[in-house]
Amino acid sequence: MVTTPLSEKNDPMTGSNNTSEADSPKPGQTTATSNPNPVPHGEAMIEIDDVSFSYDAGETNVLQNISFNIPKGKVTALIGPSGCGKSTLLRCMNRMNDLVDTSKVTSGQIRIMGQDINAHQVDPIELRKKVGMVFQKYNPFPKSIYENVAYGLKIQGVKNKSQLDEAVEKSLQRAALWKEVKDRLNSSALSLSGGQQQRLCIARTIAVSPSVLLMDEPCSALDPIATARIEELIAELQEEFTIVIVTHNMQQATRVSDRTAFFYLGELIEYDVTTKIFSNPSVPQTEEYITGRFG
Amino acid sequence: MTLMAILTYAVIACAVFIFFDIARKGLPVLMPVFSEKGGEVLNTDFLTRMPETLVEFKDENGEEQSMPSSDFIEFSKANPDAVVTDKKANAYSGGGIVGPLVGTALLVIVCMAAALVVGIGAAVYLNEYANQGKFVGMVRLAIMNLAGVPSIVFGLFGFAFFCLFPLLPVFTTVPSEDRSLAAIPFAEWIPFFGGGYMSFEGWGNSLVAGGLTLAVMVLPVIIASCEEALKAIPKGFREASLALGATKWQCIRTAVLPYATPGILTASVLGVTRVAGETAPIMFTAAVALKAKLSWSAADGEGVYWLSNFLTDSVQAMPYHIYTVAARIPRTDATAAMQDGSVFVFMLLVMFFASFSIYLRIQYRKKLKW
Repeated sequence: MVTTPLSEKNDPMTGSNNTSEADSPKPGQTTATSNPNPVPHGEAMIEIDDVSFSYDAGETNVLQNISFNIPKGKVTALIGPSGCGKSTLLRCMNRMNDLVDTSKVTSGQIRIMGQDINAHQVDPIELRKKVGMVFQKYNPFPKSIYENVAYGLKIQGVKNKSQLDEAVEKSLQRAALWKEVKDRLNSSALSLSGGQQQRLCIARTIAVSPSVLLMDEPCSALDPIATARIEELIAELQEEFTIVIVTHNMQQATRVSDRTAFFYLGELIEYDVTTKIFSNPSVPQTEEYITGRFG
Repeated sequence: MTLMAILTYAVIACAVFIFFDIARKGLPVLMPVFSEKGGEVLNTDFLTRMPETLVEFKDENGEEQSMPSSDFIEFSKANPDAVVTDKKANAYSGGGIVGPLVGTALLVIVCMAAALVVGIGAAVYLNEYANQGKFVGMVRLAIMNLAGVPSIVFGLFGFAFFCLFPLLPVFTTVPSEDRSLAAIPFAEWIPFFGGGYMSFEGWGNSLVAGGLTLAVMVLPVIIASCEEALKAIPKGFREASLALGATKWQCIRTAVLPYATPGILTASVLGVTRVAGETAPIMFTAAVALKAKLSWSAADGEGVYWLSNFLTDSVQAMPYHIYTVAARIPRTDATAAMQDGSVFVFMLLVMFFASFSIYLRIQYRKKLKW
């Protein structure tokens, strides 16, 4: 088991306790022998164990034997050049790839809270309620702000008006959007700015109380100021959610994440504490990528 | 290049010429104030009376007169001594066109109700549920080919299937003696149905047979445009909905269909114009040249039996009426009014639907932008 000194800066929640946790592996953790890239610290929320994935029914694998653990209550960034499979891996975690008929996990398991999510008895609908997703291009429905946030609860059958009101307010507050929209909850979501729309999408996602938040390049369509707001929000949300973020922006990865996984051509090259990856990567390829020599 | 431009404008010139020719002849019939003789602003008789036989005659002063047959009967009663010479009767050319207008409206309603339910269902299945393989490709191709089938073929199909096919039941108190295959009686005490028969005799020449025939004909167009509307929905809506834990059907119902409505609506309004104008499919299945009463006053019985009677009664229809007065009646000064007026009113109707569909599209585009 690799133990690395933690960066205190990125761990406002758990602080120095992590060091002691790291010495005594949690039940959810796999051992170093079966998993070459174990969680450096903390309890594993998502265990990715030898996962290969194919979009064309097994002919070519776009992910090759990926293994690593994503710790609970932390922000984990997935970086790598375009086409390296990081978004694919993210979409495996809430089974959004099921939408592609011929897609298939060809080997390995993804376990979230100990449960293999590709097992027969797992309903992807239930899984997606627990594992929320924020997309690259903000995609609010062309409805009112209120309806957007209430959508997830409404499709779950919540009809109670006061319960919905409460959930909408709470979610918008947690997404740091409440102050800006509280007087116009009934106006169209499309009247908001891009950054506000993305925060609305985050509010919509957290309204159904997921445990994990998957973010697929959430800031790539936003300007620097809106990006900064989202990054602040991510820092606040990691208190409650385990966040996995795919990003092309390496500065963003250093700013928001505790762990970073570097992918290249469908393989996990290196996974470690973010500060370690960016200051002292152990694989030369990682260094070449983060210093901008390729990708 | 110039040649192509000329050809393009020639098409438009032809269309404009046709339009103005119809309007020049038809407008004075609908609004006599524009005719040479002058008159009232709106010819309400033309819009509110059923078509009748037009009687032409010369009165005692040798002046030519013409009036619908019911008026002529009144006239003869009021003036029993009047000398009438050179009496001529022109079928279908007197009175107004309310019968065909109402019949066309009923046909369009039955047709669109059936076509939209089946069409949207088929489009949702093909676009959202079916595995996009070779088989679905072939199904789609077959549907597209249906759009190219001549409408008279649909008419014959409808005649064979909806009018004659004896397993289609009607509810009636008097089953047809020669056509009924079997008639199941309902006991008196059964609510709504008591005292009549469910008779398996086919629907005959009827509103429902014509409407369904038209629906089959317009289905390919509806399915194709519904599919286009569904495809135009951004992927993000579906993904967002599914990622929030929606089932496939919830996703379609709440995040796809509502935003496809404008496209579906525009397509169906254009479908209405097409359906309203078809003659061949209704010739064998629904339309008759002359009816004394409107469908709802002609239907007898009560409740279910009234409805069954209403739906299985034949109707008049605008395109068939135009065909009748244009092809079967000689054109004289007296009959021209019905011919020109019918075409003009029908053209206005089609233009109204076409502009309504454009208006709807603009309205929805304003409202739903993404």
